[in-house]
Amino acid sequence: MSAATGAHTGTAPPDPRLEAPEARLETVTFGPDKPLRLDSGENLSPVTLAYNTYGELNADKSNAVLICHALTMDQHVANAHPQTGKPGWWLRMVGPGRTIDTDRFFVICPNVIGGCQGSSGPTETNPATGKPYGLDFPVITIADMVRAQAMLLDHLGIETLFCAIGGSMGGMQVLEWASAYPERVFSAIPMATAARHSAQNIAFHEVGRQAIMADPDWHGGTYLDHGTRPTKGLAVARMAAHITYLSETALFRKFDRNLQDRDTLTYDFGAPDFQIESYLRHQGMTFVDRFDANSYLYITRAMDYFDLAAVHGGVLANAFKGTKTRFCVVSFTSDWHYPTAYNKQIVHALIAAGANVSFVEIETDKGHDAFLLDEPVMDDTLAGFIASAARQRGLT
Amino acid sequence: MALDTNTQTRIDLIAVADLVQEGSRVLDVGCGEGELLELLRDKRQVDGRGVELSQAGVNACVARGLSVVQGDADRDLGDYPDDSFDYVILSQTIQATRNPREVLGQMKRIGRRVVVSFPNFCHWKIRLQLLLSGRMPVTRTLADEWYDTPNIHLCTVRDFLDLCETEHLAIEKTLMLAGEKSWTEHNPGARANLRAEQAVFLLYRK
Repeated sequence: MSAATGAHTGTAPPDPRLEAPEARLETVTFGPDKPLRLDSGENLSPVTLAYNTYGELNADKSNAVLICHALTMDQHVANAHPQTGKPGWWLRMVGPGRTIDTDRFFVICPNVIGGCQGSSGPTETNPATGKPYGLDFPVITIADMVRAQAMLLDHLGIETLFCAIGGSMGGMQVLEWASAYPERVFSAIPMATAARHSAQNIAFHEVGRQAIMADPDWHGGTYLDHGTRPTKGLAVARMAAHITYLSETALFRKFDRNLQDRDTLTYDFGAPDFQIESYLRHQGMTFVDRFDANSYLYITRAMDYFDLAAVHGGVLANAFKGTKTRFCVVSFTSDWHYPTAYNKQIVHALIAAGANVSFVEIETDKGHDAFLLDEPVMDDTLAGFIASAARQRGLT
Repeated sequence: MALDTNTQTRIDLIAVADLVQEGSRVLDVGCGEGELLELLRDKRQVDGRGVELSQAGVNACVARGLSVVQGDADRDLGDYPDDSFDYVILSQTIQATRNPREVLGQMKRIGRRVVVSFPNFCHWKIRLQLLLSGRMPVTRTLADEWYDTPNIHLCTVRDFLDLCETEHLAIEKTLMLAGEKSWTEHNPGARANLRAEQAVFLLYRK
């Protein structure tokens, strides 16, 4: 193994200086009286959300920070993962005295619906059949995920979030939150994201889905009934996607054409010749331990369907008309998955809507995953934005 | 009423800030590292926004808690709605824009008032330097060599008055600055054009 990258990769070495804040692992289920109305027209009921919280909610419930996770992450943002034992995926950002300070804020991180860490999704039991949903789980959208999170906030008695923050698909949820519930979001930090999924992004997702569905162990989505798991297909999906999280510069810097544990080429297809092959295989193998193939299908679908302008008459600015939310949009120079141009489209729309918006582009060669990694300029700007928003919110 | 500020703050920024009403909405185009926006926020309780070309400048502003986006005065002002600000400020930036006339046109569309400050290329020291040395002048306000300078559209007080006329901008107030001195000119003429190191104009649509 070569040098590790980010938490997207699941290989970040734990920093011993970063202690995990105390986490509460919670679950809430909304019964038949509270179905979730989906964009597809179907109702989902019952709806379960698994979520973690950190820090304390203040008396007037004004210090809640919602962290929205990306495609392959989950609610374990700052605590060790119960399955893998690995540290939280944003531990460097979330904790006492850190940028999202658990001494000041009440931090909520829910697993998205469609996910596989306890929230309603294809691995959960379908009450109609008593078996796992599989492909009987309804297709969900980013707006559906957010609607479910709004139900969670109602359940917690939180009217307004101090901040909604997230990168990648988490950023899409943040945009959806600010658009659908403008009064409930005081400040919003969409990072490394897009207001619409591009053809290139859909293309990479389709490669992943086809890899999963081509695995004979997938069994048309009913693999749990067959006692199998399409791990080969899911691993290939992960390998393809993982390339999009990095940058060519980072690949060159870390791997170049270096050989893996050998001095000469093998002239074979078995063991990996190159370090990059070994690295990707490792990423694929470790991913299948903690992620479900059908969840991967559902969540990538939700991302592909995301087009915030389309549901607002084709004009993105209309999604934010009259908003009072303070925005800080963050992009990364070497992110070709959700490049600066996509993030700037959001900024242009926010400006046109007369919104209060800041936009920073962070210089880095770490690609899309940079939002998860050690980027001091990102830390400084986020800290400045959050401190200023907290002053305006009257949080001390 | 003049602002009570420490002497570290640039005199031209104080002059600009003095023109802005308390509690108003301000867009600072070319806001650098946010000195003016911070001054306006702290001393004038202004709801300020900024546009800055350099990413380092933007990041510094956001880290200071200011609302600033990375953008280009020549390209990115079109996004802002009509009349969305009380003041649009172009502080020491007009001479670095590719198309000052269009920038000014956008500013008067976005803001009910427009504030422009710039170094006066007709200040006597500059005239003298040109006359005596035969070289491009290098002064306190124009500190770069000709090959290094971002200032591609330098102008004089008189030139700027002409542009305001062409762009149907009326002058509400004019401030002239030289050294640590500043004074109001009700009708800036040849004498002001000679004495002013920098000029600050408060303008509105005719």
